[in-house]
Amino acid sequence: MVLGRVVGTVTANHKEPRIEGIKFLLVEKVDPESMKGTKDFVVAMDAVGAGPGEIVFFVAGSSSRMTVTTEGKPSDATITAIVDIVEMGGKTVYQKDGT
Amino acid sequence: MILCKVVGTVTASSSGPMDHPGPYLLLQECSKKGESGKGYHIALDTLGAGPGEMVLLSQGSSARQTESSSQKAIDAVIVGIVDIVEDAGEVVYDKSNA
Repeated sequence: MVLGRVVGTVTANHKEPRIEGIKFLLVEKVDPESMKGTKDFVVAMDAVGAGPGEIVFFVAGSSSRMTVTTEGKPSDATITAIVDIVEMGGKTVYQKDGT
Repeated sequence: MILCKVVGTVTASSSGPMDHPGPYLLLQECSKKGESGKGYHIALDTLGAGPGEMVLLSQGSSARQTESSSQKAIDAVIVGIVDIVEDAGEVVYDKSNA
């Protein structure tokens, strides 16, 4: 899984019928050392109701179809968790709704 | 599989019936000698790996081939805690000396 920040949404009116109703989020990968974006972006299906600015992690490849939202859908990247805390080297480098 | 070192933990609220509750560890890629490399991964840990330990990381659909990750949205799982790396007859990493 890869750590990222939700930076936006992607809307597509004309799309594969099976993915009607699924929310697409624009996710920027995050370097956990600085918690800053790496300018590397992924469009991911949202299985957890993530919102703009939230730190999440996403699953890539066939495993991204293993959620209730994406089962049987042509997804290759799915957000499966909203991150509460990232701890690195004994220090909390990110805490949701906190410093 | 690739070699990584455990550098932290990631805590996330569970969200659905198909999700795995974790624990999820933050891993940094490393060399065969255990030197820190580029690239981070969040991986499911079923072995109880601890900070600083070198681990074997399995990625992709193969990451679902463990009992606890089967049928779950998991694309990276720790499949071993490394004791020794031997390269061309020479021990380049030994956990007991690391």
